Amino acid sequence: MRTPFIVRLYRALGPKGALALAVFALLTLVLVPVLHLAVPPDNPLHVSTYVITLAGKIMCYAIVAVAMDLIWGYAGILSLGHGVFFALGGYAFGMYLMRQIGRDGSYQSDLPDFMVFLDWKELPWYWTGSDSFLWVVILVLTVPALLAFLFGFFAFRSRIKGVYFSIITQAMTFAAMLFFFRNETGFGGNNGFTDFKRILGYSITSPEMRVTLFALSALMLMLTLALGRYLVTSRFGRVLASIRDAESRVMFLGYNPLWYKLAIWTLSALLCAVAGALYVPQVGIINPGEMSPANSIEIAIWVAVGGRATLIGAVIGAVIVNLAKSFFTVAFPEYWLFFLGFLFIAVTLWLPDGVVGLWRRLRREKK
Amino acid sequence: MNLRDFLIPPTFGIAPPGLVLPPPELKAKLEEKEKSREGVSTGMAHLVKPGEVDLSHGVILYLDDISVSFDGFKALNSLSLAIDAGELRCIIGPNGAGKTTMMDVITGKTRPDSGSAFFGQTMNLRRMSEAEIAHAGIGRKFQKPTIFENHTVFENLELAMKTDKRVRRALLAELDDATRDRITETLRLIRLDAEADRPAGLLSHGQKQWLEIGMLLMQEPKLLLLDEPVAGMTDEETERTAELFKSLVGKHSLVVVEHDMAFIKLLGGKVTVLHEGSVIAEGGLETVQNDPRVIEVYLGR
Repeated sequence: MRTPFIVRLYRALGPKGALALAVFALLTLVLVPVLHLAVPPDNPLHVSTYVITLAGKIMCYAIVAVAMDLIWGYAGILSLGHGVFFALGGYAFGMYLMRQIGRDGSYQSDLPDFMVFLDWKELPWYWTGSDSFLWVVILVLTVPALLAFLFGFFAFRSRIKGVYFSIITQAMTFAAMLFFFRNETGFGGNNGFTDFKRILGYSITSPEMRVTLFALSALMLMLTLALGRYLVTSRFGRVLASIRDAESRVMFLGYNPLWYKLAIWTLSALLCAVAGALYVPQVGIINPGEMSPANSIEIAIWVAVGGRATLIGAVIGAVIVNLAKSFFTVAFPEYWLFFLGFLFIAVTLWLPDGVVGLWRRLRREKK
Repeated sequence: MNLRDFLIPPTFGIAPPGLVLPPPELKAKLEEKEKSREGVSTGMAHLVKPGEVDLSHGVILYLDDISVSFDGFKALNSLSLAIDAGELRCIIGPNGAGKTTMMDVITGKTRPDSGSAFFGQTMNLRRMSEAEIAHAGIGRKFQKPTIFENHTVFENLELAMKTDKRVRRALLAELDDATRDRITETLRLIRLDAEADRPAGLLSHGQKQWLEIGMLLMQEPKLLLLDEPVAGMTDEETERTAELFKSLVGKHSLVVVEHDMAFIKLLGGKVTVLHEGSVIAEGGLETVQNDPRVIEVYLGR
């Protein structure tokens, strides 16, 4: 007899985890929307647009961090190219956003502005259907996952591991960035997509739309955490951790590591793509810079700072580093990269288990 | 249909690197062979079931004329060896004699340059991957105990258990009472029942060796390959290991590589001596110890 999935999910979360998720849901799906929409701006309880957008953005980053943690922390595969899946998800949804501009662009054409600028007369074939919300959602869910599947299949089948795998993923995102920089690629070259106006006909800057995107990001983050928690506590997760610790033993027990790695790798890419698709309408721009190698390395730093192999650590890391980034890039913009580098060295030297590891150690010492 | 077949449909005709498509005439033959695996008559006097080792001739492992070289160094030099079903065989030999390489060949980790390796009458080990070989019923214990240090002792055994090891099963797998009982039974056998919930990394060296042996038993292998199973064990632990191995004889076939002569004596099976990648002597421990070539190899010229 099988235990219903929902019961097993609850068991995986534990009472504390389920409570934390419920509180988070109440906060992000009810409290913050009400405080933003129903409370007037001059009231001290009002949550500003700036906070909503920043929090929405950081939650998208947190999804990416959890996706990264699943593959790095639990399966021991360090990807330095996860930015590419995030950006592809963003670009796929960006195509829809560009089509929704309609004739309201600077050139008043049916084509996106950058195509008019390049003197293109019609949409390239791969833009077919990009005016359909449903089709674009399908693209978000399939294209980055398919790329990850193919890349992972060949890499894992050739038993490429460790630093070699990391370098290849880095090369992949770099190659993708150069490809998207070209105007002829048909994704807006180095300017990428911007000036979005609407989603499903509703203004993208309206408070309601902002709150909707914020709530969707929160929902997706919760879903990612719950799914991740289920996976890492399942037998599947134990096999993954075993592959990380002693791959040859796993093989001689009769498991084929290829499919295990490929499953988590593809899922991780899929989560990044969804995060990217939620991110782009909130920040209002997507360009090839998102695929730069430095961006992908930063994702790894979030996870390292928070603590590898703890899902909540990935979220904490993403929040800490990005809040610091928001502060630094305004206060001392020229020092941000130095700070990031210092943070990485500091974590590697003194906090190998990240913030969560530190907290656990302190708690143990207290006892 | 498994995912691999789905990914590489035969109609595409493009072989991925590492996969050599057989020529048509051989393909027809192979297909015929494939059919025979369904359980129909092979033309021999017995039925062969797919995925099951065929022990009709009483032999579980054949190595014939196996050679392996690494950068010109011949690790195995036309090695031939046959292990009977239910036998306990000890393999000895000086360092570099090829003992570990032989195990690598049997488990699919190293591909031989020439020769043939069969599991039972029908399974060609040279054509199978590590996971397939393990699934067919060959379990291996490494020289250095390799267990999952971050998992508990119980989880180590759970992961080793003979079951469907594909991803989709692992995603939804649940422990039932029968499995729990089996794990508890094995825990008792390897005397780790008190340590069931401790991380395996905290066990003593001898206990780790036992845990790895327990993991092998959970796999229910037909053939166990044990590379120096008592290294680092106390005398008492060594004796208990010998008892355990002897109790497995008959149900399983065991191949034990050891340096510890006292342990080999306790086991009391047939002994094979390897030297420079070939078999130089075979027989009871006494006979082998008195063989002039073996003495020469061990004592030097």
